[in-house]
Amino acid sequence: MAKKVALMQGNEACAHGAMYAGCTFFGGYPITPSTEVAEVLSNELPKVGGKFIQMEDEIAAMASVLGASLTGAKVLTATSGPGVSLKQELIGYACIAEIPCVIINVMRGGPSTGMPTGPGQSDVQQAKWGTHGDHATIALVPASVQEIFTETVRAFNLAEKYRMPVQVLYDEIVGHMRERIEFPEAGELEVINRTLPSVPPEQYKPYDTSFGDVPPLAAFGSGYRFHVTGLNKAQDGFPTTKAEYVDAEERRQVRKVEGEVARVQIESNEEYLTEDAEVLVFAYGSTSRSARYAVNELRKEGIKAGLFRPITLWPFPEKRISALGKQVKAIIVPEMNLGQMNLEVERVVKGSCPVISIGRVDGEPLNPGQIIAQVKEVK
Amino acid sequence: MAYDYEKSLRPGKLPHIWCPGCGHGIVMKGLLRAMDTCGLEKNNTALVSGIGCASRLPGYVDMCTLHTAHGRAAAFATGVKMARPEMNVIVMGGDGDGTAIGGNHFIHACRRNIDMTYVIMNNFIYGMTGGQFSPCTPTGDKASTTPYGNPDPTFDISKLAIGAGATFVARTTAFHATQIDKLIAEGIKHKGMAIIEVLDDCPTTYGRRNKFRSVVDMMKRLKDMAVPVTAAGKMTAEQLEGKILTGVLYKEDKPEYCEQYAKVIARAQGVK
Repeated sequence: MAKKVALMQGNEACAHGAMYAGCTFFGGYPITPSTEVAEVLSNELPKVGGKFIQMEDEIAAMASVLGASLTGAKVLTATSGPGVSLKQELIGYACIAEIPCVIINVMRGGPSTGMPTGPGQSDVQQAKWGTHGDHATIALVPASVQEIFTETVRAFNLAEKYRMPVQVLYDEIVGHMRERIEFPEAGELEVINRTLPSVPPEQYKPYDTSFGDVPPLAAFGSGYRFHVTGLNKAQDGFPTTKAEYVDAEERRQVRKVEGEVARVQIESNEEYLTEDAEVLVFAYGSTSRSARYAVNELRKEGIKAGLFRPITLWPFPEKRISALGKQVKAIIVPEMNLGQMNLEVERVVKGSCPVISIGRVDGEPLNPGQIIAQVKEVK
Repeated sequence: MAYDYEKSLRPGKLPHIWCPGCGHGIVMKGLLRAMDTCGLEKNNTALVSGIGCASRLPGYVDMCTLHTAHGRAAAFATGVKMARPEMNVIVMGGDGDGTAIGGNHFIHACRRNIDMTYVIMNNFIYGMTGGQFSPCTPTGDKASTTPYGNPDPTFDISKLAIGAGATFVARTTAFHATQIDKLIAEGIKHKGMAIIEVLDDCPTTYGRRNKFRSVVDMMKRLKDMAVPVTAAGKMTAEQLEGKILTGVLYKEDKPEYCEQYAKVIARAQGVK
């Protein structure tokens, strides 16, 4: 049977990806350029008995999804940079209390209100370091309408599997662009649900590490009574200031994502013509599309350019970028900000090759010509 | 026989963090009696709070408890209730938490008329941080950040709740201990947003700065301030000067939010 196809906007694909993943609760607040995600879900969720609520502000939207997630729902909120700035408080809460949730950030420029209808990639470091305190981050950066669908599904899977907030960041270009999308059949993409406790309620501890680095999460109202707090806590969920408990919990919460095994499961990258590349372009989101065009043009001229495109941006693909840094003569990092991921590439290659930033923050897309010119300069 | 509070408390979590003479314990006991009166099931009741002395209350109670971030309790509670409307949802918190940093969430939870009970313990001060003035600190009073007297006007929490659309609003004080559980129980039984304001005392950070010589003095003040709303009609404006009305101040039947959303689901599913 032929697959169901459509011409669809990135934001719409995101909403349909959420439905595919089994999202049953959306809490949001209107903000350009992400609003279509909310609009589509306000239409789709009640059809399956799900809940849509438009809250009084961005913080409340984040709070509502966390409350809903604790009752066992798969939850989503969608916003843009200014909204994520406000949500940071409760993204931190979701990190420490380990509450699964997905946050869509359709990126525009900044700081502050910036250019609401223009594209940007200005939140890639905010995604990692926006909330205070040490914590692990998972952030995905799809580059096409199809990929927004599949990465939204994967974001839910990762949120449920690792019991934490997962951010999906895509720029306004991908969010508002219309492309052909093929809808996966039911069962075609993996859908993961959180691990529920296997012990009876009287033995349940919400941060019990005897089940590994990701403790099972019971639902409020399912017969399990437990305490959830934003304070540092022990494995039983109650606040503690005991140094050894606090240290163990903090380290576990970072390790559950940044540990060797987890990284392999979470990281996702695409490499294009990198095998023999002498100049590497590191690009993500819509910028990676310009970069791919640039690489093709350069190859026609006999210049060995290649593209590394992270699909998981955080945790950062440290090992692979470190290896490529030793292989190539230079890494070019085009992005719609003034070099945010360039810093991370620099940190990881540790001086083994020059790392050159191409930043653009004027509300216009980064075009292939800029990348081609820069590659030729280093060649 | 003395009432058995321990059946509702988590074993091993006492002593609580509250100072000797603090009224929060009186409110907690009222809450436990009220939940008992209403027959709330522990497994089916969520107790949600924000940050501050009052917000530590859920940690002691053997229910599904959620100690959230400063001011955000009503917004978290809204998510819990929307996602699982069959759960009883009770919010506990202080005046600073609920009406300053959480003011926006407070008024919108009232406006939606979502079925929850919000017990707001108004002790006129930010206690946990050491006694800074809150939106409820009386004008002219001393706080650690109003050494020359508080220049700010105050919120009347109950009026705020009524104005914002809560459909059950009641007030009492920590002195009127037996009224606390009656009003909370009535709030729990009410279908819609119920606000119960309990005027409370903080001897440590408010009392000692404002010339209360003892907790007894503070309790006397609460007693003297309170006028039952049923008696106020017979009193002159002069007699009511400086008093606060207690009892059920407002009650109205209006469509409840989760029921309204159930209709949205029915319409989306094409049910006529």
